[in-house]
Amino acid sequence: MSPDKRRWNEPHRLVLLAIAVGIVLFAAYNMRWDWLPRYSGRLVEGVGTTLWLLFLTSVLGFLLAVPLGLAQAAGPVWLSAPARAFCTVIRGTPLLLQLWLLYYGLGSLFAYWPEIRQSWAWPYLRSAWPYGVLALTISFAGYEGEVMRGAFAGVPKGELEAGRAYGMSPLTVFRRIWLPRAIHRALPTLAGETVLQLKATPLVATITVVDVYAIISRVRQDTYLTYEPLLLLALIYMMLTGVLVLAFRWLEARVPVKGG
Amino acid sequence: MSSPQPGARTGAAVSKPAVEVADLRKKFGDLEVLKGVSLTAGNGDVVAIIGGSGSGKSTLLRCINMLELPTSGAISIQGETIEMKPDGRDGLRPANAAQLRRIRTRLAMVFQSFNLWQHMTVLGNVIEAPVQVMGVPRDEAIARAEKLLERVGLSDKRDVYPAFLSGGQQQRAAIARALAVEPEVMLFDEPTSALDPELVGEVLAVIADLAREGRTMLLVTHEMKFAREVANHVVFLADGVIEEEGPPDLVYSAPKSERLRKFLATVE
Repeated sequence: MSPDKRRWNEPHRLVLLAIAVGIVLFAAYNMRWDWLPRYSGRLVEGVGTTLWLLFLTSVLGFLLAVPLGLAQAAGPVWLSAPARAFCTVIRGTPLLLQLWLLYYGLGSLFAYWPEIRQSWAWPYLRSAWPYGVLALTISFAGYEGEVMRGAFAGVPKGELEAGRAYGMSPLTVFRRIWLPRAIHRALPTLAGETVLQLKATPLVATITVVDVYAIISRVRQDTYLTYEPLLLLALIYMMLTGVLVLAFRWLEARVPVKGG
Repeated sequence: MSSPQPGARTGAAVSKPAVEVADLRKKFGDLEVLKGVSLTAGNGDVVAIIGGSGSGKSTLLRCINMLELPTSGAISIQGETIEMKPDGRDGLRPANAAQLRRIRTRLAMVFQSFNLWQHMTVLGNVIEAPVQVMGVPRDEAIARAEKLLERVGLSDKRDVYPAFLSGGQQQRAAIARALAVEPEVMLFDEPTSALDPELVGEVLAVIADLAREGRTMLLVTHEMKFAREVANHVVFLADGVIEEEGPPDLVYSAPKSERLRKFLATVE
């Protein structure tokens, strides 16, 4: 049954709705929210930073994942071996470690290089943002490279052959058949991975990037409140996740392929 | 309905043959699947290639458009030989990719397993090669595709994805896709072998219709009765060589070789 055919007023849904309303009312009356107006502007900015970070690193990471997957699925060994090694290392180590190695390791190495310190790039290299973007990007690329490997390998050979038989160049076969087919096969997995990526973004707060998580931490320091800011943060991430899931569902529904 | 006017096997002698296969050999490792096959199809000829499984008939067809690369030998389409060079491992590979692509657009293949592009609608499949490969304007390609879909009886399925079609409908869509490139030669690789028995008829009807209008076709098939009806030349392949060939009536009713006799007896 498709989602739009489901009715909202089924009994179990009504019960869940009532519980949700109850929690909201309880939280509104029994907890302190007077700090909210003071931080609302910064919270919106924080959500913006989180979303921009998610968008940027997912897109860049995916652009890297395509060649990584292709190299592993169909490349010669001198391409597939490094690609596989990259994916294995990235997937085998914690993201927090990668982030800190880049920021505290690479970032501090740059500082020893006078040419870099005096270059136009230094103001950027000195800030935390590029390291956060880089770490999240290569992490996404590592996981999605593996997903794309499977997706490329799973496209039926006959469809690629049909492309060649009708005179397509290798590039046209890739652009018109192999890549779109692989992406469509990978979409359900990519949806889940993008949600995971969203929930990996708060790690950048540890290297001083000010995302929504960092704002909430600030609220907690300023107000000595524990639950209220964290509950709000949970709500924000849940709503963002909901939007992501709906967006991917819409994308998937655009090409109905029975049995993939 | 044995082939009438243009199909008479004389065209080959007058003009350049539509397809000419010269001493084609193909090895898979140590296994020699084709052991020197030569074959000529004139314009308007319908050549049926029959033979048992493993006789090399599909490989022969796939070598004609270089989906399978021959070990030696040559293929010419309308007198133009596909340029090949040694691949450094006892085989051949295309020497001129642009030429091969150009020649491939003049050949259209219909596959056993349809091989429709599953992420495109039926219409999308039919206009893909004209638009992306041949540079036909989209509107023009769509107008032509609609006529072709009508012809194969799929007008109402133009916006449907292949996965939602029956096997017979998918194969008819694949035939429309093949016709869309206005091919000089159509290659059919066991077009009904993957179909449920009750769906075979609808596909054969479309192919017979194409044969009647004088299209040049090479048809690898297991449908012996059908081959006899539509072809004007039958090639019997056994163990990688042409064991016997000739007009269908002669090949079927008076087989000369023992193997063909045995083969015809088993498939009756």
